[in-house]
Amino acid sequence: MKHPRIAPAAALLTAVALTAACSGGGGGTGGENASGTGPITVWLSNNEQEVAWGKAVVEAWNAEHPDEEVTAQEIPAGSSSEEAITAAITAGTAPCLVYNISSAAVPGWVRQGGLVNLSQIEDGASYIEDRVGDGAQTYLTDDGYYQLPWKSNPVMVMYNKTVFEKAGLDPENPDMATYDDFLAGARQIVDSGAADSAIWPSPTNEFFQPWFDFYPLYLAESGGTPLVEDGKATFDDENGKAVADFWATVYSDGLAPKEASTDDAMSAGTTAMQLAGPWAIASYADSVDVGFMPVPTSDGEADPVTFADSKNVSMFTACENQGTAWEFLKFSTSEENDGALLEATGQMPLRTDLGTTYADYFADNPAYEVFADQRTGDVPSIPNSVEAWQAFRDAYSSAVIFGTTGVDEFLSGAAQTIDGLVQE
Amino acid sequence: MTTRPGTTTREPRTTRHHWWGRQPIGSLFALPYLVFVLAIFAYPLGFAVWIAFHDYFFTAPGVEVPKPFVGLDNFVTVLQDPQVLESFRNIGVFLVINVPLTVVLSMVLANALNAGIRWAAAYRVAFYVPYLTASVSLVGVWLLLFSSGGLVNAVLGPLAPDPSWLVSSSLAMPTIALYVTWKQLGFYILLYLAALQNVPRELHESAETDGANAWQRFLNVTVPGVRSTTVLVLVLAIITGANLFTEPYLLTNGGGPDGASVTPVLLIYQRGIQQQNPDTAAAIGMLLVIVVGVLSLAANRINRER
Repeated sequence: MKHPRIAPAAALLTAVALTAACSGGGGGTGGENASGTGPITVWLSNNEQEVAWGKAVVEAWNAEHPDEEVTAQEIPAGSSSEEAITAAITAGTAPCLVYNISSAAVPGWVRQGGLVNLSQIEDGASYIEDRVGDGAQTYLTDDGYYQLPWKSNPVMVMYNKTVFEKAGLDPENPDMATYDDFLAGARQIVDSGAADSAIWPSPTNEFFQPWFDFYPLYLAESGGTPLVEDGKATFDDENGKAVADFWATVYSDGLAPKEASTDDAMSAGTTAMQLAGPWAIASYADSVDVGFMPVPTSDGEADPVTFADSKNVSMFTACENQGTAWEFLKFSTSEENDGALLEATGQMPLRTDLGTTYADYFADNPAYEVFADQRTGDVPSIPNSVEAWQAFRDAYSSAVIFGTTGVDEFLSGAAQTIDGLVQE
Repeated sequence: MTTRPGTTTREPRTTRHHWWGRQPIGSLFALPYLVFVLAIFAYPLGFAVWIAFHDYFFTAPGVEVPKPFVGLDNFVTVLQDPQVLESFRNIGVFLVINVPLTVVLSMVLANALNAGIRWAAAYRVAFYVPYLTASVSLVGVWLLLFSSGGLVNAVLGPLAPDPSWLVSSSLAMPTIALYVTWKQLGFYILLYLAALQNVPRELHESAETDGANAWQRFLNVTVPGVRSTTVLVLVLAIITGANLFTEPYLLTNGGGPDGASVTPVLLIYQRGIQQQNPDTAAAIGMLLVIVVGVLSLAANRINRER
C-alpha cells in the first residue's frame, strides 16, 4: 500500500507549486525587445463575433506585412481568462497581445513583471490619450499605461417588455428611475405573477460579481466615484449605504432570488430584468423582446454614470517583437477597425466622439445608441485588486444577499479591509 | 590451504549492493515512475513548503524580486483569518456526515450485493454510474433537484426548507456531504466487495451452526473480516473529503451561502491562483496536510488497536 499520510500533500500543493516550478529560467524583458519586429501571436476572447473580427483584422495586416506575420488564437481554456493569462506570464508563454484584459487584473500582472509599460513607447501615452480623452487616466497603473483601453459594454437595466406589459407596467416608459419607483415596479411584477422574480443578479461569490449589481448603481449614485480613490475606499458613505440598502431591500422582499439560476432566467421568463450591456441586444434578439433603461438612483438621475465593463489590450514582456506588436495594436484599434468591431459585436470602442465617428452605424442601429450615450466609470487600478474585490463581495453577500450582518457593518468593515489591502 | 585437483575456486559471496540494486533491469523499469514521483510529487511538495515560509509571489521569467524568509508569518496570517478557520470548521461538518455514512452504506450495500440479491447487476450499475460520471455533470442534476423550485422541494411541498437546501447556511454543507457520499459510494462498494471475497465461508457456516442470526453474523464475522478495508475506506474518505473543491465551487457557487460551504482547497485556489498570494495559499495547504495526516493516522490506529 502507498503512504496515505503523504498523499494529500501532493494533491493539495501540486497545482500551486507546479506553476511556480515552471518560473525558472531566463526570458526577455520589455526593454530588450522594445523595437523588435517579426512574427507575433495575439490572443482573442472566445466570443464568436470577436474572433471573427480578429481574424479579419489579422488577415488584412498579414496581407501587407509578410515579414511580420500575426497569428491569432483564442485564449486557452481555463475557468477565466485571468487565470490562463497569469499562468502564461509565470511560465513565460504569454503571447504578445491579449485582447480581453480586465482592468482589475492589471496591477497583479504589473507586479509579476508580465506587462509592457506602453507609456515607455515613444508614441504610447499620446496614442492612448488621443484615443480615449480624459478618461484615459482611469487606466493608469503606477503612472504608466499597461493597457490600451479598447472597448466597453456599458451596463444598463435590461427588461422583458412582454413581462412588463403583463405586470401592468408601461414597456416603453417604465418610469423606474428612482429606487422607490424601481422597487414599486419590481413588487408589481412579482405580485402580479408576471414573473417569479423582478430582477436576477448573480448572487454567487466570484470577485467580479459586484460589477453587475452594486458597482453600476454606486457609480450612478456617487456621480462616478470609483470604489477606491486616492488609496482609500470611498463607499462607506451615504451613497454606498443608499445602494446597499436598495439591494438589501430587493433581496429581503423576495424580488430577487438568492441562488443562481439553473438556466437563462431572461429567456426562461423567470425574471423580468437583468443588468446587461449592449451584447445582450443580439443575444436576445430571437427570444425576448427587450428594452433598456439606465440604472436607478435614489433621486432618479436622468443621465447616470454606469459601469463600463471594459475589456482592454495589453502587451506582454514575453513578446520578442514588441515593435511589431505595437504597430499591430495601433492598426487593430484604428478608426476603421474600431468601426468593424462595433459593427461585428455591438460593443463600444473606447474612443472619443463615438456617436459622431460612427453616426451611420447608430442611425442604422438605434437600439445601440443609448449605450453609446452612457457616461461610464471603470474599476480602479489598485494594488491587490482581486483580493479587494473578493473581500468586498464576501462582506456584501453576508449583509445584503443573506442578511446575516448589517449593512452599516458591511460598509465599514469592507472599507477597512480594502484600505489595508491597497496600502500593502 | 590447498585446493583439490578437479575443483574450481569460487569467489566468496559479496554483501556489497550497487545503487541500482541486485536487478539493474528492474531498477530501470522503475525509473520512469521514480522520476514521475520526484518531479510531480516530491519537488512541488518541497517547493510548497518553502513558499509557505517566504514572502512569495509568482513572477515572469527573468524578473528577480526579493522573496525573504518570513518564518511563521504566513501561518499566523491564515490562522487569524476567520474565513480560513470557518473553512476548516466546514470541512469538519462535512467529514462528520460523509465519513460514517460512506463506511456504513458502502459496507451494507456491498454485503447485500455479495449475498446475491435479485437485480444485483442493476444495482451495481446504479451505484457505479455516479462514480464514473464527471462531477460537473452531476452537479447540474443536483442543482435542478435541490434548487428552490426543484423537484425535491416540489415533492416536500410545505415541508420544503426555507431558505432552500443550497442557500441555507445550515443545510448547504450537509447537502454537499450527501452528494459526495452518493457520488463516491460505487468506488467504496467495489473495495468492500473485493474484501468480502476474502472472508472465509466456513466462519459464516460455523457461526450459523452456533445459532447466530444474519445480523449477528454480519456484526461478528463480516465487519471484523473486512476491518483492513474499512481503514482504507476511512482514510480515503477523509483525504477525499478534506480536499473538497468541485462541489462547493459549482453546487454552492463558490462556497456560499455566505461562506457556509467554503473549504480550505477553495481558499487555496482563491488566494493562490486568483489573488496571486501563493505564500498564504501554501500555508493553508500545509495546515490541511497536517490535519489530514493526523486524521488518517487516527483512522489507521483503529486498525492496530483492535
